[in-house]
Amino acid sequence: MYRILSKNVIAPGICRMEVEAPRLAASALPGQFLIVRVREQGERIPLTICDYDRKAGTVSICTQAVGASTRMICALEAGDSLQDVAGPLGVPSAFVGLGDEEILGRRFLFIAGGVGAAPVYPQVKYLHARGAIVHVIIGAKNADYVIFEDEMRAVCDRLEICTDDGSKGFKGLVTACAQSLLDEGCTYDEAVAIGPMIMMKFVAKTLQPSLIPLTVSLNTIMVDGTGMCGACRVTVGGKTRFACVEGPEFDGYQVDYDEAMRRMGIYREAEIEADHKCKIGRG
Amino acid sequence: MMDRMKRIPVREQDPKVRASNFEEVCYGYNEQEAVAEASRCLNCKNPRCVGHCPVRVQIPRFIERVKAGDFAAAAAILAEDTSLPAVCGRVCPQETQCEGQCILGVKGEPVAIGKLERFVADWSHAHGGPKVEVKPSNGRRVAVVGSGPAGLTCASDLARMGYEVTIFEMLHKAGGVLSYGIPEFRLPKERVVAREIDAVRALGVKIETNVVIGRTLTIDDLLGKEGFSAVFVGSGAGLPKFMGIEGENLNGVFSANEYLTRSNLMGAFSPQSDTPICRGRHVAVVGGGNVAMDAARTALRLGAEVSIVYRRTEKELPARAEEVHHAIEEGITFRMLTNPVAILDDGKGAVRALRCIRMELGEPDESGRRSPVPVAGSEFEIEADTVIMALGTSPNPLISSTTPGLQTDRRGCITASEEGATTREGVFSGGDAVSGAATVILAMGAGRRAARAIDDYLNR
Repeated sequence: MYRILSKNVIAPGICRMEVEAPRLAASALPGQFLIVRVREQGERIPLTICDYDRKAGTVSICTQAVGASTRMICALEAGDSLQDVAGPLGVPSAFVGLGDEEILGRRFLFIAGGVGAAPVYPQVKYLHARGAIVHVIIGAKNADYVIFEDEMRAVCDRLEICTDDGSKGFKGLVTACAQSLLDEGCTYDEAVAIGPMIMMKFVAKTLQPSLIPLTVSLNTIMVDGTGMCGACRVTVGGKTRFACVEGPEFDGYQVDYDEAMRRMGIYREAEIEADHKCKIGRG
Repeated sequence: MMDRMKRIPVREQDPKVRASNFEEVCYGYNEQEAVAEASRCLNCKNPRCVGHCPVRVQIPRFIERVKAGDFAAAAAILAEDTSLPAVCGRVCPQETQCEGQCILGVKGEPVAIGKLERFVADWSHAHGGPKVEVKPSNGRRVAVVGSGPAGLTCASDLARMGYEVTIFEMLHKAGGVLSYGIPEFRLPKERVVAREIDAVRALGVKIETNVVIGRTLTIDDLLGKEGFSAVFVGSGAGLPKFMGIEGENLNGVFSANEYLTRSNLMGAFSPQSDTPICRGRHVAVVGGGNVAMDAARTALRLGAEVSIVYRRTEKELPARAEEVHHAIEEGITFRMLTNPVAILDDGKGAVRALRCIRMELGEPDESGRRSPVPVAGSEFEIEADTVIMALGTSPNPLISSTTPGLQTDRRGCITASEEGATTREGVFSGGDAVSGAATVILAMGAGRRAARAIDDYLNR
């Protein structure tokens, strides 16, 4: 059993928890994920790692209550335990393989949509600590759903908030916000987009003319998360890849997003992001 | 007077009834039936059955004790050579191993060695299990990666020799393929698998779940900061293969591994489970091995009409004879000499049908089996909303790719000697991780040999 040390509701239906998992905390790196089971009959749920503390032996997870299992996670409180926590899984972000001297001064643009801000945070934190110049866009439907704002501000060089209704920051979509940064003359060596599949699809369309290399992180359906089942298969550059062991991060210009979105719906009963009417891509 | 050429029939659930439940198909022998079947054994001077058992179980010796009604002694004889008799009695391909060599099989039916092994194992567990000697701890620690048949066998042998053994399992439940792969109706999870694993724990073996070697810890961590003197890698062959045909990523196409893991490990067949599974109406399973039979019979029990699509003939089916027989009894359609060429879209991204081509057998290939060749112009469609690919599996590269100096062959199998020594000092391996997907009993044999090799290595 894996004890929950703290729990914070950071937006309506979104909670952040710090969980005791010393082995996992000792080996986690930016870009990786973990798998949680809430109870004995529980399904294996892939979740992003939004922070880790090697000394304390804890990892932070961020969960949006969208289905029965994620609602069960969010219903737990500090002092309760999760049945299983396994990981870290997936390949760490490519920049983890760079030397510190290569990261120093390298310019990054991060585009986070909704709960995508959670996995973006450890990446930005890692790069900032090594002297990269990092700009971050956090997009949400309204001010209530903007998460990780203070944490992100502390570890990046420029933070743009955008909301669908303009209740906070830039009024509009992350794609328009990214375009305005480029129009302003900002240049980047790399961009990373993490959020709903449709957001990543349109970020790729927006950034393609700029030729900035783009990485996206795919939150596909998984069972084991270790390469055994193939539920997570995605087409990248015309080839079938397993998001769990070859990803979750891939070249954002090579992903077949339409197929990936269709495959997300195989078990769709509780619509993913049901409470979020995403308008990206509707002109 | 009993006909020595005929087997004592084993009681089974009625095919019509079992087609809609997940209870074990075979009830096994009771004491009288077991004694009667055991008395058919000729107790050959030169028992060919033993030579064809990968772990050399002393078959005539244990059967002779069954015949005498001394089941505890029979269990002790089994325990000398196998740590998972209740499993092997149920899942070994006896017809190509021990029973395939039985002299009685020349003119009649071979002795039901598998059913007798199962009987003895079940009887023994019901009566407290065989007495096992465990040497006092020698204080030396060995790590075992994976809790499937190879890992469990290696761990229990080492524990008996006095080593302190920890098994690291990446899933939340121990057992490997016994837990995620083989269905409840063939290998009951609580009554058989959990019991066998408890017996391994009772020897002092620690099992840590949720530890993914290659991610949570590396082999170097185990030999370094974790303080183990040697490592056995029994990580199996868990990666599913796909055909690479058009439409394979449509909704409704699954690997057999996914389908079976959802049903077996996650319990998706039961309404109590939170894990969903697709209950198709028309399911086509591609492949002819045990995994194909398991997936087909699982889909059938979930309410589907199921066909098995196989490119050779019934004679070449690699599955156990009993599984094929049970599948036919349960009403699964076999479409032989048929090979899929594409999976067709219903226009909404889901499966509508499987397009196949008829095959005929040509010249024998290097395996000695006649290889199937397509018949030109013979394409046709099989209606299906679900397609399950059961084409075999290969070893997971998680460990080999994170362990410097650990060599693999071009199929991704770890290179190891007959005794299990790999190209890395202190690292041993065996089972499907070395051989590619094979059988429970071969993995056990490899685990056993590696335990001896590790003991030799640590006492060098």
